[in-house]
This record gives sequence, structure tokens and C-alpha cells, in this order.
Amino acid sequence: MSASTTTLDSPPPVVESGGRDVRPLLSRLQPGLLIAWLVVAVVLLWTVLPGWFTQYSGTAGMAREKLLPPGGVHLLGTDELGRDLLARIIHGSAQSVTGAFVAVAVGLLLGTLLGLLAGSLGGRVDAVLMRGVDVLLSIPGLLLSLSIIIILGFGTVNAAIAVGVGSVAGFARLSRSEVMRVRRSDYVEAAFGSGGTFSKVLWRHVLPNSAGPVLALAALQFGTAIMAISTLGFLGYGAPPPTPEWGLLIAEGRKYIATSWWLTTFPGAVVVVVVLAANRISRSIRKGSS
Amino acid sequence: MPSYLAGRIGQALLVLWAAFTLSFILLQALPGDALLIKYQNPDMGLSPEQIAEIRASYGADQSLVLQYLHTLGNFLTGNLGYSVSASVPVLDQLATNLPATARLAGLGFAAAVLLAVGIAVLANLARFAWLRTAIASLPSLFISVPVFWLGIVLIQVFSFRLKLIPVINPPEWQGLILPVLTLAIPISAPLAQVLLRSMDDVLTQPFISVARARGASLPWILWHHVARNALLPTLTIAGILFGELIGGAVVTETVFGRSGLGQLTQQAVDNQDASVLQAIVVLAAAVFVVVNLIIDLIYPLVDPRLKKSLGANA
Repeated sequence: MSASTTTLDSPPPVVESGGRDVRPLLSRLQPGLLIAWLVVAVVLLWTVLPGWFTQYSGTAGMAREKLLPPGGVHLLGTDELGRDLLARIIHGSAQSVTGAFVAVAVGLLLGTLLGLLAGSLGGRVDAVLMRGVDVLLSIPGLLLSLSIIIILGFGTVNAAIAVGVGSVAGFARLSRSEVMRVRRSDYVEAAFGSGGTFSKVLWRHVLPNSAGPVLALAALQFGTAIMAISTLGFLGYGAPPPTPEWGLLIAEGRKYIATSWWLTTFPGAVVVVVVLAANRISRSIRKGSS
Repeated sequence: MPSYLAGRIGQALLVLWAAFTLSFILLQALPGDALLIKYQNPDMGLSPEQIAEIRASYGADQSLVLQYLHTLGNFLTGNLGYSVSASVPVLDQLATNLPATARLAGLGFAAAVLLAVGIAVLANLARFAWLRTAIASLPSLFISVPVFWLGIVLIQVFSFRLKLIPVINPPEWQGLILPVLTLAIPISAPLAQVLLRSMDDVLTQPFISVARARGASLPWILWHHVARNALLPTLTIAGILFGELIGGAVVTETVFGRSGLGQLTQQAVDNQDASVLQAIVVLAAAVFVVVNLIIDLIYPLVDPRLKKSLGANA
């Protein structure tokens, strides 16, 4: 039997490598991406098990050890109340990470819902919803967040919701364009043709096939949310002191900027590293899905 | 073309009206208002009747629909209401604070464009692959830096370590350097990314090979062919970035203790002064809508190919 006669009932020639091969996976493993996942994993562990990483408390300090420079027992130094800075950063990750999850969840749920509705219903619904998204885009993100904080009040969760609402427009636009793209494909037409109902096709075909780019945006927004929440915390609209929130740490350290550089430098550097990692992961998801 | 123009302006006005309505619903229709915060304070010893009277004088006792129509009418005639915490017209507050913020944002944006063009051109002219990679990865670093922290780090390095710029009462132009840089660096990142990508796209086009084959140097090609072609996507992203520019200016002013819309915004949030925040939101939306309208209208001038498609649609 020659190869040409079997083409109809055999899958494309990828099979010759014997199903899933490990080699391409290894060669695709980039050190940058690995570090990015490692950073995210460590920060998540900080959130869940801060006690594993530091013996110091995030809120109680020793007055004798105030404003110590980095090194020695206190790896990143201490603040004006003798609190260990590394411990405060580790304990503070709970605020930032929870906040970022809440923000992404709000943006993802509301935005994808809007985008799905607009993209699959089309017509007048689409026009009205997308004009609404235009309006959200026309208000600067920070001002939109502040408008929501003025109603909800201060606090990390409220700041997170405010940040999430700011990202609804982006998610809505992306998921709408993805739905439009998938809707035009042959398999969706086939699914409708073979008697699938609207909601069934949406759930089984459209949603999974438009998930990749949306997930990539979610990863990107995770980093953006961490940055935005720390900005709101810095302005004083996040968690109240003495909660160790990254933005608040920087705001408090600012009073000692002339003498104690570490108090502002390290928390900010942590934010930068986490955001870089989230962006790197987002890029790899986007590449993988395209 | 005229009908396209009219349609586009109508669309912009519609977005603006919707932005006003949204901000009204968010800021004025929902409970928790500045009047109560200011006057319900027991130290003032006001009776409930007196508070009701004050509320009536601000129009806070009317039905929401009436308040909405009233506020909309006022906005259209240029009356932006009163700041409850400062007891002055919001319009006056905006007028005093706008110039400083506009100058900061304008300079910041100009610096961002310079920085982005610099990065894109240097990355393309770099002779070594590693240098090119290093320059081209600058934007992804810039984009990950929080504005407020960047400002603090710049103060630390240039004012406290190198002592190049005095911290207290620097001369006006010196005082602007660090805030402008703080604002420009994060804004330059997406600009540079779009520039780099569209330059890559253009550089692989056949007409570039032709120009090269005819002996054109890389800088010559960049200036004569690539710049013009890369301008369009850059304009689009510049319009979208405008919102971030305003947000960045607010934060930058707070970090550097400069007066302006940023300080006004912060005061408004601290005092729950909704009418002030609403005026700022509507102003920002208006500027955003106008900037993007202008960019839309500039497209056909930059790229004559678009004129045809516009004519076809109209």
C-alpha cells in the first residue's frame, strides 16, 4: 500500500514523530520564560506561605533596629519602626496578588460577557455595546478607577474592583473580535448546520477557540493590575497602614528618601520584576495560541 | 468626505455625551456625597433642617432626572458646578490648574516621542545583534515600571546621589526635567514597540530591497521610506496613549508635589468632591475624543491611499 492511498483516513504526517515528542518542548524552553514562571510561583508562595520565607512579622518591629541598611540579619534593611523590609514585602504580596486576581476576574468576566454578547448577537446590540466600550476607553483608566473608589470607598478590594472595571473595555474588544473571527470559521458553520443550538455552539466551539488571546490579555492585565493597585496604594486609596501593601510601602519610605534609599527602591523593584514576568508569560501564551 | 466628517464629529459628540452621562451616574447619582461629609460634621452643629436647606441650595434635593438635566444644561453653558470642599466654582479651579498640567503633559509627550524614535532608530542602526536586542528590549522594561516609583528613583539618583538638581525650589526649567522624564519613559514604551514593529514590516517590503539595490544607505531609507510608512500605526497608538498620559500626569504631579490637575484630582477624591472629579473626567474624555478625532482626520493626509477608501465609503 503506497502512502498516497492512505491520505484520506490518516492524519497529517506529524504522526511520524510518534505522537507527542519531548524534544521540541525542550528546545522551545526559553530561560527568560522559565524565570518569569519562577518569579510568579515565588510570589504566589509568598502569598500563601509567608512564614516559609521570613521569620519576621510584616507589621511588628523592634525600635532598636530602626532604619538599618540592607545586609546582615535584615537582608533588605528595616524601616523607621524597625520592621524588616523583606518581611513587609513578602507579607504585602497577599494584598497585591489578591487584588490583581480580583481585578483580572472583574475585567475578564464583565469584558468577555460584553464581547461575547456583542460578537454573537451582532446588529443593534453590537453597535450599542461597542459604543459603550468606546466611552469606557475615552476616560483615562486612573480617573475611571478614582471615580469608582470615590463611591466604593478606600481599601484593597475596592481598589482592585476599580482597576478591574478599567480593563473591561480591553477584554470586551478583544473577545468580540475573537468571537467574530471564530464565528466565520467552517466548523462553527458545520456545528450550526448539524443542528447545534446557539448557546451550545457558543459554549462548545466559540468560547474555547477564542480563549487563547483572551488568556494572554488576562496575563498581561495581571501585571498591569499589580502596577495599578500599587499606584492607588501609593496615593493612599488602598489598604490603610500598617498593612504592608507594596504601593503603601513606597509611599511611607518616601519620607526617608534622603537617608534610606532601600525603603523605596526594593518594593518598587519587586513590582517591576513581577510585572515583567507577567508580560513575558502573556507574550508566550499569545505566541502559543496564534 | 464632508458626510464622513459630519458623521465622525457626530460620533465624537455622542461618545462625549455618553461619557458625561456615565460619570454623572457614577459620581452624582450614587449615595455618599461631599455635602453630607462637610456639613453633617457634629462640630458644625447644624440642624437637619439647615442641612436640608444647604442641600437645596446646591440642588441636591431634586429628583435625579432633574439633577441630570440641570447638570447637563450647566455643562453645556460652561458652568461646571461648585466644589463643595473648597467653595469655589469648579471652572475656576480647572482654569488655575490646567496650564501647569497641560505643559507637563505636552512636554512629557514630546519627550516620549523623541525617546521612542531614538530607540527605534538606534535599534535599526545597531551593528551588533546583541546591541540591537538590548535596545529593542528597553520598551518592555519601560512599560513595567510604575510611574510613581520611577519618579522617586529619579529624584533619588539625580537629586540625592548626584546632586544635579536641587530638591527644594529648583529653577523652573530644572524642576521640569525629572517630572517630564518620569512621564515620558512609560509612555515612550508602547510608542517604541509599535514603531519597531512597523519599521520591521516596512523594511521587509520589496521596494526597500529595490532602494537598497540602487545603493541607498540605511539611514536614507529609514528617513525617506520607513518613517512615512511607520507614522500611521504610531499615530493610532499615540491617540490611545493619551488617556495614560493624563493618568501619568496626575501621578507625576503627586510625586513631585507640583500643583495642577493631579493635585486637584487627589483633593477631590480625598473629600469625595464628586462635582470636581466629574468635571475632570469629562474634561479628560473631551480631550481624548478631540485628539482621536483629529488623528482620524489626519490619516488621509499622511497616507493618500486612505483617501480613496474614504471616498468609497462615503
